[in-house]
Amino acid sequence: MSSVTATSALRGASLRGATLPRWAPAATIVGSAAFCLLLFAITPLRGTADYIAVAVLVTLVAITGLSWAVEGRRKAVDRIATSGTLLALLLTLLPLGFVIGYVTDRGAKRFSGHFLTSSMSGVGPLDAGGGISQAIIGTLEQVLIASVIAVPLGLMVAIYITEYGGSRFSNAVRFLIDVMTGIPSIVAGLFVLAFWLIELGHGFSGLAGALALSILELPIVVRTSEQMIQLVPNALREASYALGIPKWRTIMRVVLPTASTGIVTGIMLAIARVIGETAPVLLVIGNNNFVNSNAFHGAQASIGVFIYQGALSSSNFDVDRAWAAALTLILIVLVLYIAARLLTRRSKLGGR
Amino acid sequence: MTVVTALDAASLRSGSRARRGDAVFQGLARAAGALVFAILGAIALFLVIKAIPSLRGDKASFFTSQAWGNVSGTHEFGIAALAFGTIVTSALALVMAVPVAIGVAIYITEYAPRRISTILGYATDLLASVPSVVYGLWGFVFFIHHTIGVQSFLAKYFGWIPIFRHPNAEVDVISKSIFNASIVLAIMVLPIVAAVCREVFRQVDPAEKEAALALGATKWEMIRTSVLPTSKPGIISAVMLGLGRALGETIAVALIIGNVSTISGHILLPGGNTIAANIANQFGESDDFGRSALIASGLVLFVLTLAVNLIARWVILRSGKEERSAV
Repeated sequence: MSSVTATSALRGASLRGATLPRWAPAATIVGSAAFCLLLFAITPLRGTADYIAVAVLVTLVAITGLSWAVEGRRKAVDRIATSGTLLALLLTLLPLGFVIGYVTDRGAKRFSGHFLTSSMSGVGPLDAGGGISQAIIGTLEQVLIASVIAVPLGLMVAIYITEYGGSRFSNAVRFLIDVMTGIPSIVAGLFVLAFWLIELGHGFSGLAGALALSILELPIVVRTSEQMIQLVPNALREASYALGIPKWRTIMRVVLPTASTGIVTGIMLAIARVIGETAPVLLVIGNNNFVNSNAFHGAQASIGVFIYQGALSSSNFDVDRAWAAALTLILIVLVLYIAARLLTRRSKLGGR
Repeated sequence: MTVVTALDAASLRSGSRARRGDAVFQGLARAAGALVFAILGAIALFLVIKAIPSLRGDKASFFTSQAWGNVSGTHEFGIAALAFGTIVTSALALVMAVPVAIGVAIYITEYAPRRISTILGYATDLLASVPSVVYGLWGFVFFIHHTIGVQSFLAKYFGWIPIFRHPNAEVDVISKSIFNASIVLAIMVLPIVAAVCREVFRQVDPAEKEAALALGATKWEMIRTSVLPTSKPGIISAVMLGLGRALGETIAVALIIGNVSTISGHILLPGGNTIAANIANQFGESDDFGRSALIASGLVLFVLTLAVNLIARWVILRSGKEERSAV
């Protein structure tokens, strides 16, 4: 682009082909929208969704045709690509808007302080009240235990891969972590079912759910920590070694603190990823209606499972409660996500 | 603070103590690595062990039978219909999601102004972190009620293509079908593929892009000749990652698909089932034998996703580039 303007400035405007003015795309959109209004008024075409689809199509054709006539084929193809990718973006953001908007709308109906603090104990499917305190407590405990397992282990694995890397074994570990990322969540649940519940004979419990979640959380923690540790400049390590500090203390006192912001961000994103996981916990926590704050004994509830059961229920009250629970879950994820992003800005390493 | 400790004469002399500390720490780190091996090994091992009782007692052929009804009662089950549904829904989801995902990634990396591009990146990542059960609820209560028009359109004008054939030539009722499940899957897979593609496109050498522009290429010609070819292995691995996600997606599909275990290529008709969705739907009513059968189906899913993953890694390895994304 800039090279073109440079030459044209030197040799006069004749080298530069005809171009559409900058307002042309906007004008085409407005024109097409108006044309389609007319089209929908005189033909049997009806419906908002249909109108949008037709208008988008007409705009695409119009801008391409216009560009082809004025600017030539190559520029016209470029315009198609520009509009096509922009359309792809809109297609992506559309569901996000739909999902979040609809969940907020439907969820707000039942969402309240009472909903968050009361349980479903003694509340039948045909009662309007009840709340999800049992599910919130269950989910938080399960995620906490999962993180207590996955975070230290994941950090050690990340340290092993980055600081003690290079050997065949460490390359294999790295490869397996990649493989682990691809394990479907339901398979993690089935594994805990097969191992913890069937083989070892333990009953349903929050702990079993936490075990399944930790399997899903581990590879996420490893990968983000690994990336952050790799961003720590070698000069810092070398300075530490030069002072005679042993490697392990260098890692603990120099490398990890430098990467800490990024690592914490990664952990928060990992938690945001697993907190809504439903499939694995569905198989192993047993689910119940009353508050059981002991994750190590007895069936526990979970927000995700609560939503799933509510969706399947034929009672409208259950469905409403499911929406409110979905809103709760999205809010938790959103808070975690935004907090993680704000933290990234403070990172000393720049990072992602 | 650390400097003082290091210069402390005592610590300089006690070099052996430092070395012992190092050895212990390295041992711990290696043990953590070994534990990863152990976990993956245990997953494979226990799925196999707990699947064996039902596979022994299966009255139908596991690989060719389509039956998966009341397994606890009939002791008769086969993976064929479930595997078919899993692969078809995932493939359809990818067909819809991948072009859009690549388009978004191109728009965000190449077209959007820098500030907007960061925000758009966050927005698509956010789409990836909406829990699958929320998509399921949304799809089940809202979405499938609003696709009747699209399905009728397909049945009416494209009914001559076998997969869109519909007996009424018009879809008039809400259908829990493969078609609906695939669209919701596509929405869920899209941000994951887009995120990886974005990383890949960002790693393209700016010099190559500038060279194309300097030769007078339009922006699209630059993307076609320098960005896309160099990113090919990265795109393929992104697609494989999305495929892995789609194959294993459980709750959303369980709520939207018909939960009928027969092989049918007519995607607009109610029906269809996937391995993962079947596990979630059947688990509640299963006795020991039924659970063992579900574990057997989970083992097939595990192997399937493992294969997809290995192919993706192999593609990356062959391209000689190490591209590890955060997803």
